[in-house]
Amino acid sequence: MRITREDQIMKKFTRTLTCIIALSTITSVAIADEDAELVVNGELNILTKAAAPADSALDELISGWRFRTDETQALQMDDFDNPSFIFIEQGEDLYSKIDGSEGKSCASCHADVASFKGLKSTLPRHNASTGKLDTMETLVNNCRTERMGAEPWKWSKGKMTAMTSLISLQSRGMPINVKVDGNAANAYELGKDLYYTRVGQLDMSCANCHEDNYGNMIRADHLSQGQINGFPTYRLKNAKMNSIHARFKGCMKNIRATPFKEGSDEFRALELYVASRGNGLSVESPSVRN
Amino acid sequence: MAKARVKAPKTAAAGELVTIKTLVNHKMESGRRKDGDGNLIPRKIINAFTATFGGEEVISAKFEPAISTNPYFQFSFTVPATGDLVMQWTDDDGSTVEQTKTITVA
Amino acid sequence: MSLTRRNALALGSASFVVTLLPLNAFAASDETMAAIKSFTGGSAVSEGGISLTTPEIAENGNTVPIQFSASGAKRVMILADGNPTPGVGTFNFGELSDASGSTRIRLAGTQNVIALAEMADGSFAQVAKTVKVTIGGCGG
Repeated sequence: MRITREDQIMKKFTRTLTCIIALSTITSVAIADEDAELVVNGELNILTKAAAPADSALDELISGWRFRTDETQALQMDDFDNPSFIFIEQGEDLYSKIDGSEGKSCASCHADVASFKGLKSTLPRHNASTGKLDTMETLVNNCRTERMGAEPWKWSKGKMTAMTSLISLQSRGMPINVKVDGNAANAYELGKDLYYTRVGQLDMSCANCHEDNYGNMIRADHLSQGQINGFPTYRLKNAKMNSIHARFKGCMKNIRATPFKEGSDEFRALELYVASRGNGLSVESPSVRN
Repeated sequence: MAKARVKAPKTAAAGELVTIKTLVNHKMESGRRKDGDGNLIPRKIINAFTATFGGEEVISAKFEPAISTNPYFQFSFTVPATGDLVMQWTDDDGSTVEQTKTITVA
Repeated sequence: MSLTRRNALALGSASFVVTLLPLNAFAASDETMAAIKSFTGGSAVSEGGISLTTPEIAENGNTVPIQFSASGAKRVMILADGNPTPGVGTFNFGELSDASGSTRIRLAGTQNVIALAEMADGSFAQVAKTVKVTIGGCGG
């Protein structure tokens, strides 16, 4: 990657900024305990730090959990304290609710939701018949429209996020393992391209923050690597479950760029690329973030 | 409709201090937010929580709009004997959500 | 370099070493003082007997976990001095209760969170903690 003069200025500014902020944080208790281990309910070990593969752009893989304050981290360590579980319960209700012209519920065909163990860790993935990437949302809506005769759910609204939270939970603790070669290669390359392209009024790319500056502060925010192993995530900011595409959209809006649409090919490709950057970290869904 | 989640032990020794965790799904609309047109969204919160054990009041709380969305409340009490922990949350509109957990003393 | 908002924030937070302010030193708003007076009926308030645990820096002002404990107290009131209205919650304890509680609250900005207790003997105790609430960055 060619380093531009802008990159150099940005790096120097960020470093200066970091020095100023670093001085002030010495007097306060650690903003985040980056050495803490995540053990859920006292028994489930979640891998929040992993060695990066040789070809990774990162030195090591670090889950977003590690960048949050002690109090926020604590919320995810107990399934009762974790506010996501309100929505998991809603997902469970939806799972057994009959909906659509065919008179079926998810449970009618899929029986126990536990049968979805292992799905989240491999999504998004290439769909041979459509030629596009499938995300968990598209799989859910495909079932609803094609097999249940029901209305599709909106990508990031309550019903969808409750369901994707429930299904993702089934893979909690398993390593992220998305396929980036073969028929997924084109989408992977598109996603990678989007990740490194500067956009918006603030002229920033995902990499500027999440690769060049993770661990640093941007104003009052502690930058993470932008991993998505914990999605859908309960954000303290909006007190609800958030989808991956909703977060991508938010990030793009923050840098004053016109965001791609949720469910668009661009966001699906970006989701694949970003997921692959976390290959090896554990699925943490449903996580708690700021 | 608001739904309550409660974590309480099923059994306890007589005189043991137990911790109860509660979480209710509720927006806790503070009455200070504005909608897209600039109009104030009316306040609608859970304004009260009570817990009794064996008919005796353990805690009665008044919540203000400063309590976060999906109100979380944890409290502890001494269990004298087997009994029902009856909890009730009251909305501004008068509707209530109840939950009962039985704690057995061996 | 000129004093930008960033520098001011950095300088400001660097000076926040003392987080537990003595009672007579923190200037509470009129509304807060009125709420305290209403709770205590004007009686004297002392330190000790009530503890309050808050994060030093709130990850997000929307959901700030707090915990209070006032062994033997009859009731506890929580106030947030910098919120549009200071009231957060009032808790009345029965005999079986251990007069403690944990909850999650909304804080509009950096401010003092105050916990007041009416003890069993009718005396009053108070404790205050400063919680830094930051806004924005790119988390949006």
